[in-house]
Amino acid sequence: MNVAPLNDDLRSLYQEVILDHAKHPRNARLVEQHTCKAQGNNPMCGDRVTVTAQVSDDGRLQDVGFEGKGCAISIASASMMTEALNGQTVAAARQLFDTVHDLCTGKIDAEAAKAKIPDASDSVDKLASLSGVRQFPVRVKCATLPWHALMSCLDGKGQMTTTEK
Amino acid sequence: MTSHPAKKIVPAFDVTKVRADFPILSRTVHGKPLVFLDSAASAQKPRQVIDAITQVYSDEYANVHRGAYYLSETATANYEAAREKVRGFINAKSVSEIVFTKGATEAINLVAAAYGRAFIKAGDEVVITTLEHHSNIVPWQLLRDATGCVLRIVPVNPDGSVDVAEFAKVIGPKTKLVAIAHVSNVLGTVLPVREIAELAHAAGAKIMLDGCQGIVHRHVDIQNLGCDFYVFSGHKLYGPTGIGVLWARAELLDAMPPYQGGGDMIDTVTFAKTTWAPAPAKFEAGTPPIVQAIGLGAAIDYLNSIDRMAAADHEDGLLRYAMTRLAQVPGVRLIGTAPHKAAVQSFVMDGAHPHDLATVLDRHGVCVRAGHHCAQPLMEVLGVTATTRASFGIYNTMEEVDALAHALIRAQEVLL
Repeated sequence: MNVAPLNDDLRSLYQEVILDHAKHPRNARLVEQHTCKAQGNNPMCGDRVTVTAQVSDDGRLQDVGFEGKGCAISIASASMMTEALNGQTVAAARQLFDTVHDLCTGKIDAEAAKAKIPDASDSVDKLASLSGVRQFPVRVKCATLPWHALMSCLDGKGQMTTTEK
Repeated sequence: MTSHPAKKIVPAFDVTKVRADFPILSRTVHGKPLVFLDSAASAQKPRQVIDAITQVYSDEYANVHRGAYYLSETATANYEAAREKVRGFINAKSVSEIVFTKGATEAINLVAAAYGRAFIKAGDEVVITTLEHHSNIVPWQLLRDATGCVLRIVPVNPDGSVDVAEFAKVIGPKTKLVAIAHVSNVLGTVLPVREIAELAHAAGAKIMLDGCQGIVHRHVDIQNLGCDFYVFSGHKLYGPTGIGVLWARAELLDAMPPYQGGGDMIDTVTFAKTTWAPAPAKFEAGTPPIVQAIGLGAAIDYLNSIDRMAAADHEDGLLRYAMTRLAQVPGVRLIGTAPHKAAVQSFVMDGAHPHDLATVLDRHGVCVRAGHHCAQPLMEVLGVTATTRASFGIYNTMEEVDALAHALIRAQEVLL
């Protein structure tokens, strides 16, 4: 059997860090004392993720957790998101959302993203591993689903958000 | 007639010859030969269908049933000839029982709207199963919301089989319609539709079959199947998109009010009163999918030109081989192992979500469907959020099953 080398695109999509988060998701729990909660839903595939957050009076994300069923990309993205956001301000979270969105859709690369928010360059470094989805257009929504849910959560839109807009 | 009355030798199914009729099968995807295992979603098209469509647009196109000129007469004749081809293909009594729709979904909605609103009242029951496609669930929910009728759900066994006895428990005097798949698009289960039809009729109910997968994998003799309505899509039957068929018994079509109003479906129109044209025109308001219908006719001609019994045996062989090969892949669990199955196989793999699998398989040239297959309630019953599905057509080969199995092993190297 002719065994071809692993495709580079696949390698960049399923990096070690992504698979690690997918198999061992961090903060994979609903925050009991949450101040906001929202569900993200990808009707194309049935993936669902619920994001909960406890936001302090001074606008800081004290605790972010999620629960969901989905592919490696969506679960890894949710896991990395909660890691990156715990302790951050809501304003920083929104900025990170924009950055991740741009990374995943191929608008900017990791260096440009870091230059954009130097304060969060460590987080951006990690999150940039999600940008492998840019070679897989149908999978971009998998990576952005938890982030859309987070935005709904912070916007106080408790209702279902969906990837189909 | 001949001095040499040798037995007719039936040649083995020549899949190489069939593949040569499908131009797309010679292309590559991501540098790999295309292995197309998603025919249950939509089948590829033979050259004969592509050529027929080109021929109409290039040489014979005009609107139908209107112009008193040569081209319109030609287009009308070709469109109606396609209806006759469909009639022959399913052995319906009359072309007036063949209604062209834009697809099976529209055909089911037509039955729900036209038959359902007229003949199903509050408290009446419509019976479906847990394995239905969303297109055979949601129209009945809309009917329920509009009329107050009740939706009854017949359960499916864990292996994907369906017991007639379960229908016997649910079908009763309140049942007005049984609306079920002929063949499951997720599990491949071939439902015992004749027995279920007998139960329905004994209770005074009608039965509608969603034949999207059934007509692809099984010979359909509509007069022998015992149903009252049968719907299917052209694009899963190697024809174009945008064309579907509703077959219904003539007396039902006569009794049903129109589905949509418009041109082509009327007898006379005044502002006081409009009278309808007889079926099938009554249900074909507006300019129909002319070229698509002719394309479906070409697909039927194509299927009639090959040995369909041999093709069905070939597909069954592919299914049996796929079930064996997939079960040998570590961590793979088959979903849908009913005794009576058509060439559709779902599965899940430990530690790998179907979407990730489909992405990796695609990079190996292998096209499979991943997700809920428009059957979310069934996913819930099966206790999975999604499955990966390989579905086979007349053009698939044993080597392609091997390619799927190999690609799954490679996927494990990437994902696990």
